[in-house]
Amino acid sequence: MATFRVCPDSGFYFNRSAERLIKVNAVAGVVALLIAGILALGVVLTRWQEVHLLSPQDFYLALTAHGINALIFWIIFFEMAILHFASSTLLRCRIATPGWAWAGFMLMLLGAIINNVAVFQGRSSVMMTSYAPMQAEPHFYLGLILFAVGALVQVLVFFGTLVVAYQEKTYEGSVPLVTFGAITAAIIAVFTIASGAIILIPTFLWSLGYIGHIDAEMYRIVWWGLGHSSQQINVSAHVAVWYLIAGVLFGARPMSEKVSRFAFFLYILFLQLACAHHILVDPGVGTEWKIFNTSYAMYLAVLASMIHGLTVPGSIEVAQRQKGYSKGFFEWLRKAPWSNPVFSGMFISLVVFGFLGGITGVVMGTEQINLIIHNTIYVPAHFHATVAVGTTLAFMALTYLLIPVLFRRKVILPTLARWQPYLFGGGMTILILFMLGAGTLGVSRRHWDMDFTGAAMVFEYPGMAYTLMAIAAIGGLLAIVGGVAFLLVTVGSLLFGEKLEPSAGFLQSFLGKALAPSAYAVERPEMLPRAPKLTVEEHGSAGFEAPGTFALAMLLLVSFVVYYFINWKYLASVWPLS
Amino acid sequence: MTSYMPPADRVWWKVPVGRVELVWIALALLWCIIMFLMMPYWHVYGKQNLSTEAYQTTPAKFGARVQEMVDQYKVREEAGMPVVAPPAGSDIYLLGRLWQWWPILELEKDQSYRLHLSSMDWQHGFSLQPTNVNLQIVPGYEMVIQITPDKAGEYGVICNEYCGIGHHTMVGKIYVKE
Repeated sequence: MATFRVCPDSGFYFNRSAERLIKVNAVAGVVALLIAGILALGVVLTRWQEVHLLSPQDFYLALTAHGINALIFWIIFFEMAILHFASSTLLRCRIATPGWAWAGFMLMLLGAIINNVAVFQGRSSVMMTSYAPMQAEPHFYLGLILFAVGALVQVLVFFGTLVVAYQEKTYEGSVPLVTFGAITAAIIAVFTIASGAIILIPTFLWSLGYIGHIDAEMYRIVWWGLGHSSQQINVSAHVAVWYLIAGVLFGARPMSEKVSRFAFFLYILFLQLACAHHILVDPGVGTEWKIFNTSYAMYLAVLASMIHGLTVPGSIEVAQRQKGYSKGFFEWLRKAPWSNPVFSGMFISLVVFGFLGGITGVVMGTEQINLIIHNTIYVPAHFHATVAVGTTLAFMALTYLLIPVLFRRKVILPTLARWQPYLFGGGMTILILFMLGAGTLGVSRRHWDMDFTGAAMVFEYPGMAYTLMAIAAIGGLLAIVGGVAFLLVTVGSLLFGEKLEPSAGFLQSFLGKALAPSAYAVERPEMLPRAPKLTVEEHGSAGFEAPGTFALAMLLLVSFVVYYFINWKYLASVWPLS
Repeated sequence: MTSYMPPADRVWWKVPVGRVELVWIALALLWCIIMFLMMPYWHVYGKQNLSTEAYQTTPAKFGARVQEMVDQYKVREEAGMPVVAPPAGSDIYLLGRLWQWWPILELEKDQSYRLHLSSMDWQHGFSLQPTNVNLQIVPGYEMVIQITPDKAGEYGVICNEYCGIGHHTMVGKIYVKE
């Protein structure tokens, strides 16, 4: 029976079951993003002290639901879509046990709904971290557990699909780099979900009264095995998306398969050590343990990200230079398709992730420097750079690619779509920079009132802190407008976009020859061949292939070094402690 | 010919790595090692390091020790809260609970104290402002750090770990005298 169709624009083969699973996971993710975005408005307008919109009850409820929907539900649903895409679609094979994948999806959906209901009922405003001994309603934990189990099932189906592809020989040689990145994400996901089960199941039983006591410190250590590692799934997934987009738009090939794969491998080995970053100023945690873990064993996972930060734009530069955009250092970048949101979204994601997310993450994750940053608003500034811009914007860019390729619809409102990554990325960048500043002045995260209304003692933040928070809020509002634009374009395109059959539409100018259309007429796709070998002239390894990218990388390194030592200097000014 | 196709070379792991990548990896690795060494360096030469001294405790036990200090060294009251001035070099105590830091401490500049911190109920965040020192306060654990206030003045202790609806009213005070 023929179960495949080939996308005439991209040449991707979609298996019918896989296609549906990719669609439902992606759509569920976007719904979670919508909820998170609406809540973000409440959070932003409350932390803008002059506006101070919500009551404390509503603020903490909104913040809890915003965090969980944005950081867990949106991202993990979308990652499930990416896993099925990176296995079934890229490897041109049927999906293993689609029934199980559906069961996993339904469990995730059920869990997400139950958890949201618990939070909106108002007695589970415990933040995403739900630190014991603060207690939520039992179904708060139950929802998260169901969601995690569902995700694990879908991850296992992904591994099964890899086995199917291997056994049925649907591809030649080793798996593509993008699939390799997805495998990295899936392996980290298994570790993450295991940590989640170890801590959330006892916590659930405790909330029901079957267990008397949850040790608060143990909760923190194990919970962060879930909390931080899940962010490492995101890093692996969005780096894979960067490579994918570089490949689709530019025909870019990895500068070196060995280097890029080795960097992903370093993620598997070291990224999960990052749970230590959250317990650097906790009681009783040993110094050596902190130094080893907080540095991911001598920063080898940071090294991996720095490698991807060079090789992704580097591969684009090499491809562009081969097309003749080889003048000076930056012609390749100037002549890139900046009006295509697939590219601009991906590139803004890369730059903000590296310059803001990466550098601030290492700085605040340094054992002693954490003393001046822990639990200040610097922390959410950091993870908005990594997750809201790094991951979310990369996934948004991929969505623009998937609308015509997967959903076969033309993207509506192309002008809005063109500006969307700039609005969202720009707004987020303002939010991030000014929250970093406010954090440096000691402004607390997860805090309803900078004026401490009703407190017995008086404390006043410097006036500058209020100004910084107000500007951050304006950036946040801009980002929300960018989020609304994304939802308008994507949801609008799915509902009202012109059906593409067989027209190529939106992406035509960046893709190769169109293939003849035929819906699910393919019984067995052709084996996915190896990428063609480079000719000797094309192989630039003798020269310095990507000077522009190297210059950008040096700019990153210099900013990194300067900012890192500024923070040590700041630390040296606080009360001596030992 | 791209990132989403299998590598062009069957034995891709033997293809030599280009110069751009090699130079970058070497520089990045060097930087990683420097950052790693900064942490032990600061333990030896820096003045801001967190001790690892900590004990398991209970709210009752810790509360009793705080009370003992208050009874012994109370000098006055402010807004119903005792102000305590323990001698330089001594063990001093501060407890966090919903929603206050108790009691108010009065310290001397450039003198060292052993500060004991714990929570009576949920987790709290000890955020000493404006000097900006932030510590996690976990119930059941007593953390001991040596502090040396180096500037006189009035300091606020803000709770920066979310602890429920009155979180924003949890503000304490530490005085540092010349």
